Amino acid sequence: MIEVSNLTKRYAGRTAVADLSFSVARGEIVGLLGPNGAGKSTTMRILAGFLPATSGTARVAGYDVFYQSGEARRRIGYMPENNPLYPEMRVREYLKFRARIKGLGWGQSRRRVDTVMEQCGLTHMGRRIIGQLSKGYRQRVGLADALVHEPELIILDEPTIGLDPHQIRSVRQLIKSLAGRHTVLISTHILPEAEMMCGRMLILYDGKMLAADTPDNLQRLMAGNARIIAEIAAPAEALRQCWAQMPEIEHAEVSAAEGEFHRCILTPRDGTDLRPVIFTVALQNGWVLRELTRNRQSLEDIYVQVTRPNEDEEGE
Amino acid sequence: MKIFWTLARRELAAYFLSVTGYVIIAAAAFLIGLSFVVLINGLGNQPSPVPVTELFYQTPYFWLIVLLAAPVITMRLFALEKFSGTFETLMTAPVGDVQVVAAKFTAAIVFYLVMWLPLLACLFVVSRFTDQQGTLDAGTIGGMFLGVFLVGCLFLAAGCFTSALTRSQMAAAMVAFVLGVSLFSFGFLARAIPAGAPQWESQVIGYFDLFDQINDLARGVVDTRAVILYTSLAFFFLFLTLRVVESRRWK
Repeated sequence: MIEVSNLTKRYAGRTAVADLSFSVARGEIVGLLGPNGAGKSTTMRILAGFLPATSGTARVAGYDVFYQSGEARRRIGYMPENNPLYPEMRVREYLKFRARIKGLGWGQSRRRVDTVMEQCGLTHMGRRIIGQLSKGYRQRVGLADALVHEPELIILDEPTIGLDPHQIRSVRQLIKSLAGRHTVLISTHILPEAEMMCGRMLILYDGKMLAADTPDNLQRLMAGNARIIAEIAAPAEALRQCWAQMPEIEHAEVSAAEGEFHRCILTPRDGTDLRPVIFTVALQNGWVLRELTRNRQSLEDIYVQVTRPNEDEEGE
Repeated sequence: MKIFWTLARRELAAYFLSVTGYVIIAAAAFLIGLSFVVLINGLGNQPSPVPVTELFYQTPYFWLIVLLAAPVITMRLFALEKFSGTFETLMTAPVGDVQVVAAKFTAAIVFYLVMWLPLLACLFVVSRFTDQQGTLDAGTIGGMFLGVFLVGCLFLAAGCFTSALTRSQMAAAMVAFVLGVSLFSFGFLARAIPAGAPQWESQVIGYFDLFDQINDLARGVVDTRAVILYTSLAFFFLFLTLRVVESRRWK
């Protein structure tokens, strides 16, 4: 549905997107993830045909977004960041206007507007003036606009930003319900959100793609480095020696805890689960073991790790 | 075409859904009223030697209305959309650049003509309650409105252009105003040229004398030179507007 190859966008003196390539299959919900300024919005604007790319190509449904912009735009429902709307118009009037300029006929636009208003929970808001709506309802109007011409691809730039938890939940549910029928590309910098909604995540940093995989796979990828925390009642020296002798352990930190207990943080060499080994060692030496945890990294850690590589290195 | 009308309808509706539209109309009606008073005073008791409509053009208020109203009408067209971000939603819908520019310009022109409607009432009063019938007929009124329309086309097109250049409505209006005044006063150069200068200089400048050209129209004389001057200048500015809108997509 989307094919992006070697996409680069340079503004005067700054590269917003650098040599980005990815593709999205029909019916997928894909999250574009990254800190602010990573190039998410720029990528989306290029896909939506608002900005030209400096080099590289992007195709939507087989149409080049630059050379066949009209055809591509007809197949895209795009909601920009901050969801700009005409504040002086009424909800229904606005959606009808949008449906018409997207090429829908008179009767067809009326039917579609009714459908999307119901879909987005706006049925009773049709006569309200957009400028007087709450942020949550305005967001729904933006979503309804993106859906109104039944586009194959829906691009939503930060759809849940600035909403309260209830509104976020309802917007998420709405987006989830689009899976299968539409292809959806969402950008966000909130990780749990992407984890919840997206079948696949593309992590952008500084205009480059750092990782692209399903949330589960990303987690598995990083789980290999999961550290083991063990609290053992034994002299620190004995513990250090013991860990140094074991080939499975790459790195060990031993620090004092209360009493005679010491806290050991162990990094495995090749992703093996160290817990049974440690238990056996403690048993053999007659040490008391009071805690043994495998510290599985959450996606949040992974995200922070991949989007801030330099700071992390400095930190360690 | 269908899309063009939808866009133009929305643009026009936007004038009437905000206070600005009514303020512009009220201000224009006030100035039209003022020129009407000047006009009535000028007519006095004896019959006027020239058509009433021509007198009207010679009151300073007419040009004041055009020079002031045009920038205020056009300033929001592009600048406001760029400022609020709706330009992005608009241009990512499958609409053409030409459609957008044409629709916005059309809406501005229609609003501008609506703004001039109080003038008809003034002319009605002149024809109904004075004995100056000879100086007012369908030809002069038609010519006059053609003049109003042509002048409007030019200044509104210039306003479209300046609005497309910026995100600030204020800047758009200021630049459009300066542009309008410059265009308007260009014709006066002809009168400033010293007597010894070659004939062609004053003649060339005379062609661009907006003031002179419009006077003919008010007499009911439709001079193609005036029509061509105004429409070509208007098209020139609309072309520039289109290029500015397209420039977003230049690599």
